[in-house]
Amino acid sequence: MDNLQTYLYISAILFSLGLYGVITRRNGIAVLMGVELILNSANINFVAFARFGGMNFSGQVFALFVIIMAAAEAAVALAIIINVFNNLDTVNIDDARELKL
Amino acid sequence: MDNFAFGLIIAITLGSALMVVVSKQLLYSAIALLFTLFGVAGLYIFMWADFMAGVQVVVYIGGILVLLIFGIMLTNKISSVNISHTSLQRGIGAVVTLGVLGFLIPMIKNTSWMQVASIEPNQTAESIGRLLMMDFLLPFEVASLLLLGALIGAAMLSRNTN
Repeated sequence: MDNLQTYLYISAILFSLGLYGVITRRNGIAVLMGVELILNSANINFVAFARFGGMNFSGQVFALFVIIMAAAEAAVALAIIINVFNNLDTVNIDDARELKL
Repeated sequence: MDNFAFGLIIAITLGSALMVVVSKQLLYSAIALLFTLFGVAGLYIFMWADFMAGVQVVVYIGGILVLLIFGIMLTNKISSVNISHTSLQRGIGAVVTLGVLGFLIPMIKNTSWMQVASIEPNQTAESIGRLLMMDFLLPFEVASLLLLGALIGAAMLSRNTN
């Protein structure tokens, strides 16, 4: 509980799970969930290094920026996915490989 | 008691993260993601980052997760009650994932991390606010511009043009 490695292990496992989701999922929204897991694991690392590096708040501020970026990314990605669904009738990202309809 | 709570939070976080990536039902994945995000908020509290835990709950669970569930609802026909989705290339995915994990875990184990002893801070929100307004003012403003751009872009993209 009070050492850095525990948090780094958790973050590494979370990152691997997110990577597995991004690789294996076909639904665009499920891929987005995998990306969220990866961003969360990065955030755990930021906050853990801040906590065990002398309680430096810069790490927490960086994690805050990552959360802001994740919110923007989720909004735009979902707009794109809904557009793909309206045009192609599917959210399978393997079917949306062409730029032009 | 502390150790029990810590173990429980780790179990919830990692167990539901596994559910997110292997569940057959898309909505179950979203609900499992809810518990993962709660678990990460709990980990923040163990790292004395209570403001970050609050932001995690408000933005991730209250914002992004609701957006994801809206996305699930909007991209499925009302007739397809069973919102299922399949995975493919499980073998390749497992190999790549275990490769990354097999690289990360020994690296974390063998590195001698420098740790500085620190005392629990009295307030976190005030310190973060000071940093945002003084040291990180430019990134803060850029982030607000990014959010505005993303908002307008998302509204433009999802507008029904026909």
